[in-house]
Amino acid sequence: MCVICGCESGAGPEHTHTDDEAAGASHVALTSANGDLHYGTGAARLSVPGMSQARAIRIEADVLDENRRHANRNRAHFASHRVTALNLVSSPGSGKTTLLCASIEALRVRRPGLAVAVIEGDQQTSVDAERIRATGAPAVQVNTGRGCHLDAQMVGEAFAHLDLHAAAHHGHDAGAMLFIENVGNLVCPALWDLGEAAKVVVLSVTEGDDKPLKYPDMFAAATLMVINKIDLLPYVSFDVTRCIEYARQVNPTIDVIRVSATRGDGMDDWLNWLLPPRADEHLRPQKQSFQRRTGLQQVM
Amino acid sequence: MHELSLAGGIVSMIEAAAAREHFRRVAQLRLEIGALAGVEPQALRFALTAMMPGTCLAGGEITIDEIPGIASCLHCGASVEIASHTEACSQCGQFMLKATAGTDLRVVDILVFDD
Repeated sequence: MCVICGCESGAGPEHTHTDDEAAGASHVALTSANGDLHYGTGAARLSVPGMSQARAIRIEADVLDENRRHANRNRAHFASHRVTALNLVSSPGSGKTTLLCASIEALRVRRPGLAVAVIEGDQQTSVDAERIRATGAPAVQVNTGRGCHLDAQMVGEAFAHLDLHAAAHHGHDAGAMLFIENVGNLVCPALWDLGEAAKVVVLSVTEGDDKPLKYPDMFAAATLMVINKIDLLPYVSFDVTRCIEYARQVNPTIDVIRVSATRGDGMDDWLNWLLPPRADEHLRPQKQSFQRRTGLQQVM
Repeated sequence: MHELSLAGGIVSMIEAAAAREHFRRVAQLRLEIGALAGVEPQALRFALTAMMPGTCLAGGEITIDEIPGIASCLHCGASVEIASHTEACSQCGQFMLKATAGTDLRVVDILVFDD
């Protein structure tokens, strides 16, 4: 038996204590040369019987700090290239990709010089990126594998593969729009800042109108709620007014736009929200209903 | 199950601290989870327990302090405690709350051994 600590190692005075021993056994350091015992080698520089030489280290750090650093780098990168980035979140099947395809077509008409690109997040397949590319817009697919959300580092790496830099450097006054379509999931993506100007939560009328109450963290994190598939309202029991009421319960400042990406309803409101008004636009007739805070401009 | 990603972030944060501060093992890890952080304490504990073996956190104890959520009422100006974003202001009854605290997941401190 070890005469120092009573452990059953049976070795000579040179024995060392292994990591899996109980805290409290490691109160003494042995030198291998002559068997001297040093009781003051711990952080406390003294030994108290029954007390181990543990030390406390204050960390005081947010677990998402590392992601936030990447997000801020993305944000600076987007700003320097005059890219407006939006993080689209929803449950699977709300019509995010269909809305994006329709938005790309509509933006091409509304503002021809604007470069538009998409980062597509899914667990598997590149089906969505292919749908976007079919519209003529560049898209990068990010497969998260088992991951349930995109993080800022993924977005930074995906952005490096897009050619929005060229658009910014070649005199396109209109700048660029980057849509980031997150993994279909109303829970996890709420926590990860990707460096976006705003989170846009898409909710379709084939889902429940009480989703803002069921998934409050996401609706609290979003700047805009797009209610999609309103062409299907006659066939479902979705109460739009109640849905908006619920969304404003969890987020009193959330903007709301109703669209049908397939039929085109509300697309003007959505584009008005996306595009900050330009100097020449006062000449054009424009719907004012959703211009109360000029949408996205307010959060940039 | 984003708690798995968060647990991975915690483990790498502690491993980085181990390299910096030259400790060998962690006896206790203390976390703070805000009620409005969007993190489920039980799921995080489960994910951490699964990840700790083979790291300096192996065999360590996890302590989780749950921090109340605080929101400011845009209607009456009160600062009130809430457990979820769905709650009304306890002072005026309006749903005009903006979260001001209890939104983070933090690593507070660790108790370590150098041997």
